[in-house]
Amino acid sequence: METDYRKMWEDLGINMEKHDQLLAVLPFVYRNVYLSQKNRPKAMEYYDFVVSGVHGIRVKELLDAKDAGKKVVAYFCLYVPEELVIASNAVLVGLCGGSNFTDQEAEEVLPRNICPLIKASYGFKAARICPYFQAADICVGETTCDGKKKMYELLSELCPTYTVEVPQKPDTEQARELFYREMMALKSKLEEITGHKITVQDLKKSIGIVNAKRAVLDQLISTRKAVPPPISGKDSLLVFQIAFYDDPQRFTQKTKELVEELQERIKNKVGVVDESAPRIMVSGCPMAIPNWKLHHIVESSGAVIVVEESCVGTRYTSMGQIDNSANTVEDLIRAISDAYLNIHCSCFTPNIGRVEDVVRLAKEFKVDGVIHYSLQTCHGYNIEAAKMEKSLKKINVPMLKIETDYSNEDVGQITTRVEAFLEMIRK
Amino acid sequence: MDAVVVGLDIGSASTKAVVLKDSQIVGYAILSTGFNPQYSGIRAIGEACEKAGINPKDVVYTVATGYGRINAPFANSRVTEITCHAKGAFFTNNRARTVIDVGGQDSKVISIDEKGRVVDFQMNDRCAAGTGRFLEVMMRTLDMNYEEMSQAVINSENPSKISNMCTVFAESEVISLLAKGERRENIAAGLCHSISERIATMVKRIGLKEEVIMTGGVAKNRGIVKLLENKLNTKISVPKEPQIIGALGAALEAKEAILKIKQS
Ligand SMILES: Nc1ncnc2c1ncn2[C@@H]1O[C@H](COP(=O)(O)OP(=O)(O)OP(=O)(O)O)[C@@H](O)[C@H]1O
Ligand code: SF4
Ligand code: SF4
Ligand SMILES: [Mg+2]
Repeated sequence: METDYRKMWEDLGINMEKHDQLLAVLPFVYRNVYLSQKNRPKAMEYYDFVVSGVHGIRVKELLDAKDAGKKVVAYFCLYVPEELVIASNAVLVGLCGGSNFTDQEAEEVLPRNICPLIKASYGFKAARICPYFQAADICVGETTCDGKKKMYELLSELCPTYTVEVPQKPDTEQARELFYREMMALKSKLEEITGHKITVQDLKKSIGIVNAKRAVLDQLISTRKAVPPPISGKDSLLVFQIAFYDDPQRFTQKTKELVEELQERIKNKVGVVDESAPRIMVSGCPMAIPNWKLHHIVESSGAVIVVEESCVGTRYTSMGQIDNSANTVEDLIRAISDAYLNIHCSCFTPNIGRVEDVVRLAKEFKVDGVIHYSLQTCHGYNIEAAKMEKSLKKINVPMLKIETDYSNEDVGQITTRVEAFLEMIRK
Repeated sequence: MDAVVVGLDIGSASTKAVVLKDSQIVGYAILSTGFNPQYSGIRAIGEACEKAGINPKDVVYTVATGYGRINAPFANSRVTEITCHAKGAFFTNNRARTVIDVGGQDSKVISIDEKGRVVDFQMNDRCAAGTGRFLEVMMRTLDMNYEEMSQAVINSENPSKISNMCTVFAESEVISLLAKGERRENIAAGLCHSISERIATMVKRIGLKEEVIMTGGVAKNRGIVKLLENKLNTKISVPKEPQIIGALGAALEAKEAILKIKQS
């Protein structure tokens, strides 16, 4: 099956030799991390299938869409609204950036000592091993953290890149106004690329599509409140990672099936772990595919992750259900831009909302402990950890702070910390 | 009479075994871990049993801890060194509320409650800065032994300022100080100062609770202990053989495990 795609990859300008190496290790890692899990929901088969064809089927779909005249828009961060992209008749794909496979190529240009997510995002393009990146007509970045902002400047030398400005103090009137205008500007940019003028109907429809996706993901999140949870943290993480690049409508349908199975499990008291397994929340930086490192360590140590306060967790749906009842393009875009400022990312200040979210989630999901996860040199999340720990202490929830990257060097050390944390919780 | 249990601590630098009988340490061994942790584990147990005059076959339960705990398939169960150091330290001094363990590769500060349970801990990041390995590299560069290193802190009147904590950079800093004709004693004292500074910061992060006890091989460096006492403005107790406290904790875990099995 794989050989069918070789020509497609070659046409996309993929670095075949390096790409082959990547495809050779992925199945091994996936088997070890995912397929070895016991008692998985049957509906996870769909996501296994998506991962197994990660550079094949979905890429082919994108190319078919391109043949039919559509454009492909690539993005990295939640602040780029999917609603706008869909309304412009383009396809949105989230790029990964969860592996250190292309560090060497990235480091030819970027400093060694930066966030691994930024390094990978750039590296996958520089090394030409990501077919999504190759297929993209434009990359839409954002001014969230400084590292990314500067990386996009360099990325623009490799592919067309457009950067959205994200304000820093989202609670102010000026910020709302600025972001609204940024969204209007993005709309014009998308129209220019696609040649399609965004209408009220387009927006009503696209808001509906993305609302449906968020609704089903919210249901998925809720199922994990059950004791014991019906799905592992690893599997849930994978579903969110795939949400970033799968076709939204098919994804919603498949995830509905998953949620139904999970609800059935809850009724029958079927869980992925024993009731006594410690329940952990992971809070912090996003985990892009195939970054499963922390989840794998935690769940191999006998605990279960029940919620992620993360862009691959609750932050993904924090825009909520967007109202699409307005009848002008401007008002609909205003509804979108307001909703997107509800994402509690550490690039905001003072970002109290994130701490409040974590405290609330800790109670709602009955967690025994929180693991604060930051990628190395991510100042925003790293520094916010201090505030987080203080607030969690007040409600007697212990917190473990982990700062790491994508390498395997520190797996032993992190395992010791995580296990000691679990031993502490169990006592 | 109690069953004979063994605690095995396969650390990154050294492997320690403790044989426990009637809550008494009846034998122990300390070996270097080397490249084959499983073999060092077996050897350490053998040696400790020999000293105790006990046939290894009579050991009822073994708990492994330390980095190499996964390399001890013969052990009955595995517990992290954080829990074990807390347990072992509390056993030797039940007034202890803060445990500082500095070994070959990691430094840890553990906060415990009145029952000896871990309530919080801190561990250094991945590099070996400020640990035993760091000291060993510097000792080699300075051509000094453990005792001289420790004495240097007490004798030096003017410790050098070492600004780098990264082993590689600090080593070149030491070399350039030597080249400038700085006294070895002052450099050694400077290194001990910077290590204890780092450990003291970890203690402050977690919040100092008295009494403080120090374990791990580096606790044998009396100079560092003394510097830490000054920086933290508290007295620090050091068990007679601080390096085996993790293994002792593992042996105590083994004892508890047997008790649990008996009860059920
Ligand atoms: N007599 C001594 N005086 C001073 N320091 C000593 C002495 N003996 C050993 N050490 C130090 O102790 C360190 C080893 O300590 P220990 O056995 O507690 O480490 P470990 O458990 O193997 O390491 P880790 O816990 O980091 O994995 C050595 O690196 C050495 O620097
Ligand atoms: S953490 Fe913030 S900047 Fe990073 S992807 Fe999420 S929303 Fe964007
Ligand atoms: S993890 Fe932090 S440093 Fe990395 S891209 Fe996201 S916000 Fe920036
Ligand atoms: Mg040790």
